[in-house]
Amino acid sequence: MNSLSCQELVERVTAYFDDAVPASERQAIDAHLAECEDCVRHVDQMRRTIEITGGLSAEDVPMQGLDDLLAAFRAATPHPD
Amino acid sequence: MNRMTADTTLIHALRRGDDDAFRSVVTTYHPALVRTARRFVGDHAVAEEVTQETWLAVIRSIDSFEGRSSFKTWLFAILANQARSRFTREQRHAPSPEPSVHPRWFQGPDGEDPGHWQSSPVDWGSLPDAQLLGRESLEVVQRAIDQLPDAQRHVITLRDIEGFDAGEVSAILGLTEGNARVLLHRARAKVRGALETYFEGAAAS
Repeated sequence: MNSLSCQELVERVTAYFDDAVPASERQAIDAHLAECEDCVRHVDQMRRTIEITGGLSAEDVPMQGLDDLLAAFRAATPHPD
Repeated sequence: MNRMTADTTLIHALRRGDDDAFRSVVTTYHPALVRTARRFVGDHAVAEEVTQETWLAVIRSIDSFEGRSSFKTWLFAILANQARSRFTREQRHAPSPEPSVHPRWFQGPDGEDPGHWQSSPVDWGSLPDAQLLGRESLEVVQRAIDQLPDAQRHVITLRDIEGFDAGEVSAILGLTEGNARVLLHRARAKVRGALETYFEGAAAS
């Protein structure tokens, strides 16, 4: 494959990020991005989308039910007394 | 200490009934488990229940952990199974192809340069950080994820929120890496589209 359109490139961004495209396709994508500012922007939007999504992991969750779990753990595993 | 050594130490401690090891592993992973369960089942109370069930399953099956995956991957695979078997409808039909970007963004066959952008995507780098990374953006992303089909929501939750790599996600969900990647791409494309709509609306107002 020696050329691909923008419309084809947008379907390959996740595989490209994961380094899961064949070498020839990777070259075609790199060559396309070297010349296409619009696709560079699109790829940047995808990177930023991933980064923003990652922000959802910051949410803290209070611990509930630890005592019950410890009791279940003690009942199921060897304990001296 | 590398991952395998750390896991072996942990498993031995749990098998001999070490309370501190158990308390520590529960407090370490509980928040991520509840967050993940909530995105899988869509309800906080049910998510807490699924997480408790997951820990009870860990207690029951700690002797059968074989170390073929990391402890964390094994733990999340138990959670995913609990959540999916009880609370989601499996979608086994082949998903219809959905373009990542709406075709109206591209020039048609009669255009000067078919398949090329019709109009340029916005440079998100020029948006203020307060907007790009603000609380409203997170809410837009959360709403978009809530609306995804189950399998896409599961994959993006594990990859992009909880930070598992491609191999771990496929092990947790029992999918091939290729299949998981297709689902992830569709999910990310929809989230990107939702953010694009939000940023456009904010710029216009």
